[in-house]
Amino acid sequence: MFVIAGKDIRAELRSRTALLSALVFAALVLVVFNFARDPTALSAQALAPGVLWVTFALAALIAMNRAFTIERENSALDGLLLAPVSREALFLGKLLANLAFVGTVELVTLPLFTLFFNVSLWRVLPGVLGVTVLATIGFVAVGTIFSAMAVRTRFAELMLPVLLLPFMVPPLIGAVQVTSRLLADRPLSEMWGWLRLLALYDIVFVTLCALAFPAVVDE
Amino acid sequence: MTGAVEEALAHARRIVHRGLRLSAAGLLALAGVYVLALAYTPVEARQGLAQKIFYLHVPAAWSALLAFSIVGLSGGLYLWLKDPRLDRFAAASAEVGVAFSVVMLTTGPIWARPIWGTWWTWDARLTLTLFLFFLFIGYLALRAALHDPTERARFSAVVGILGLLLVPFIHLSVYLFRTLHPQPIVLKPSAPSLPPEMLRTLLISTLVFTLLYVGFVTTRYGLALADDVRESEEGFDVA
Repeated sequence: MFVIAGKDIRAELRSRTALLSALVFAALVLVVFNFARDPTALSAQALAPGVLWVTFALAALIAMNRAFTIERENSALDGLLLAPVSREALFLGKLLANLAFVGTVELVTLPLFTLFFNVSLWRVLPGVLGVTVLATIGFVAVGTIFSAMAVRTRFAELMLPVLLLPFMVPPLIGAVQVTSRLLADRPLSEMWGWLRLLALYDIVFVTLCALAFPAVVDE
Repeated sequence: MTGAVEEALAHARRIVHRGLRLSAAGLLALAGVYVLALAYTPVEARQGLAQKIFYLHVPAAWSALLAFSIVGLSGGLYLWLKDPRLDRFAAASAEVGVAFSVVMLTTGPIWARPIWGTWWTWDARLTLTLFLFFLFIGYLALRAALHDPTERARFSAVVGILGLLLVPFIHLSVYLFRTLHPQPIVLKPSAPSLPPEMLRTLLISTLVFTLLYVGFVTTRYGLALADDVRESEEGFDVA
């Protein structure tokens, strides 16, 4: 499992093209959002959590399209399937690699976001990082299994967003709610319900996707 | 054409005819529901005639949810039993579900405009049904983009199951977010708070919509079966 994750991360570090383009994409989304806002009508504070999470979601979609396209070239996935690893370990390895990838994009986007939107994140940084991890795990798990399916279709780049965006809705709503409460210095008790929902989503979908993965890759 | 293929096609044709007969009966009964809704039920005191759409909207929502659950359940059974009939059934159910979702998503705003003063609002149940609709569309788009029948069946089964589990999460998250939709009045712990005429019409209409669902799905199933038979026959010709 860690070997597979390591292989993907190494392959990515050698080329760096996908990571760089995902980062540039995230930065561009942030810049574009800046023009969607009328600074006299709406404070950056009110809009910031939504902007942050839509940017994360779009960048994650771009990033995850990559996960199985590289496996399809040269039929590398067939080789992986022949290797003596269980399908669940293969899935978890892929999930870890994707998490590392999406996480890097998110980590780089955060400082850009504070810069462009003039929001001070330092005080609430641990909380924001925590909710980012919690929300990201769930939708990256679903994204990993869907990207394995999408690469087998004719319009892979289009199929993944169409399938995955509905699944991103609960984590996104939860993350936006928690983030905006963190920025407004609300007490933890007001976020508890959302945090539990996010954790439950992670548990349910990571388990389910690991169980369903063999049905996707095995002939 | 060999005798076995002829026989299979005749079988598919019988299923299609049965589906068409059921659908026709359902449509006739639907006309009856219109009559009941307009002539038999009393006019609601506060909402006036706009409330009559309730007899279409709620049963359509019921059929759409039924269709969606069946897509997920037969997907799960397919992964277990690998029976192509289950896959055809799920696909037929998804297509019919789209049709009922459209009925639900169009009758809803028509009612909401005079009553809520707006066509659309981001209320929990509206958002949920909109996402159901999107999930159906994604499911069918995925099927359309795959050629290999067993691969198509496996992939769409996985999407069906994940989608079924997504529904409670969307509902919960949007519900925590905000809600405005009328609260349940039939399926709730205490007795239904509807006048008996209204309740009776609603229940009849729900039965009619279930009949329509069965009729449509049967027809689609028969057509898909015929397609599969022809496809595999062409496969033999090539080989």
